[in-house]
Amino acid sequence: MITVKNLHKQFGDTEVLKGIDCEIQPSEVVCVIGPSGSGKSTFLRCLNMLEPVTKGEVIVDGRRLNDPETNINMVRTEVGMVFQQFNLFPHKKVIENLMLAPQKVRKVPEKDARERCLNLLEKVGLGDKAEEYPQQLSGGQQQRVAIARALAMEPKMMLFDEPTSALDPELVGEVLEVMKQLANEGMTMFVVTHEMGFAREVGDRVLFMDEGAIVEEGKPEQLFSTPQSERTAAFLNKIL
Amino acid sequence: MIGRFNWAGMVDFLPQLFTGLYYTLLISVVGLIIGFILGGIFGLGRIAKAKIINIISVVYIEMIRGTPVLVQAIWIYYALPLIIGFEIESVTAGIIVIALNSGAYIAEIVRGAVQSIDSGQMEAGRSLGLNHNQTMRYIIWPQAFKRMIPPLGNQFIISIKDTSLLSVILVPELIFQGRLIAANHFNAVEIYTTVAVFYLAITLTLSFVLQRMERRLDI
Repeated sequence: MITVKNLHKQFGDTEVLKGIDCEIQPSEVVCVIGPSGSGKSTFLRCLNMLEPVTKGEVIVDGRRLNDPETNINMVRTEVGMVFQQFNLFPHKKVIENLMLAPQKVRKVPEKDARERCLNLLEKVGLGDKAEEYPQQLSGGQQQRVAIARALAMEPKMMLFDEPTSALDPELVGEVLEVMKQLANEGMTMFVVTHEMGFAREVGDRVLFMDEGAIVEEGKPEQLFSTPQSERTAAFLNKIL
Repeated sequence: MIGRFNWAGMVDFLPQLFTGLYYTLLISVVGLIIGFILGGIFGLGRIAKAKIINIISVVYIEMIRGTPVLVQAIWIYYALPLIIGFEIESVTAGIIVIALNSGAYIAEIVRGAVQSIDSGQMEAGRSLGLNHNQTMRYIIWPQAFKRMIPPLGNQFIISIKDTSLLSVILVPELIFQGRLIAANHFNAVEIYTTVAVFYLAITLTLSFVLQRMERRLDI
């Protein structure tokens, strides 16, 4: 579903990603862990071209992203994204947050869009919040709306950029629950996270990144219990 | 010598002052509408990616901000005709002055408001597949517009008062009429006091409307 070949990313003189190769299969849940500044968020943002790629290839669903011929907006409709800071549209009601892109990009008629979006809100447990504004909701609820908003485009895969890092501890669970449900339904997911419990339980594969490169990857139980690299071991030691 | 106010006969001057008020309002309203459009164009031009548009916007904004309104008025009324080869009627010139002047300041207001919107909003829009223009239109603009209202109100009031300088290019607005009456009847104190009340009536009304608007939009 996603193929990454020799991905490099530079901000000015700083090389943030130093040649990443990665393959993500349909329905796979890949979790990325690593210290801050290791480039994991940048990596994720390269997968839908929120960050332009400096060198290398990113191929999503058969389309090469850094090809001028590729319609990046089309690719993005297939790749949902959830942000650390939610980034809901504060001037729009919850239901309007969900309906905007389907109506404007996919040209779904309003009635159909509303019905589908209400179902999605039900699915994330917020059917009763449709007519409220984002700032009236708790952080956990806002992030669930953000997930529903991404799902409203019926994407083939979802990117999560530290979706629970901005949440109060007691609100983390409800968001992870929604993500788990999504994973169980077979959604392809790429998750940058500090939630080791989630990575262990839901992840099919875990990547450990440090200094702009993938240091180690493997099945969660293997990587968490018997890390091969010293850096992985040191990192896990500090946080577990 | 300190005399006393002499309001006798002031009522007789009111029609002439209302003529002045008419021109003050006409130039303010038309000038500010055009100024708002200019501000929108050059404000976005100021943050556009295309270098040339950027440079044009910066030059316009800095030229206007760096020179007094009075000089701009004189230049457009007296100097511009020498270049374009035909005269500009004083009211038209007045509208051009207010439009160009307010446009530059409004451009900065627009730029500031658009840039103050968190970059995550643009990213969220783009990540959903909306293109840049759609994201600007449906997500950035509505939020930026709300933030523009208080500084816009401020600029409107400044521009309304700036129209008083247009008497030097013979625009028959409030100050012009006031000066005319005062010169003929030696009642400068009473006339200018009345003129001040006229200005206050305009600006206070505008302030009130803006305050209501801000409250309604919950700014």
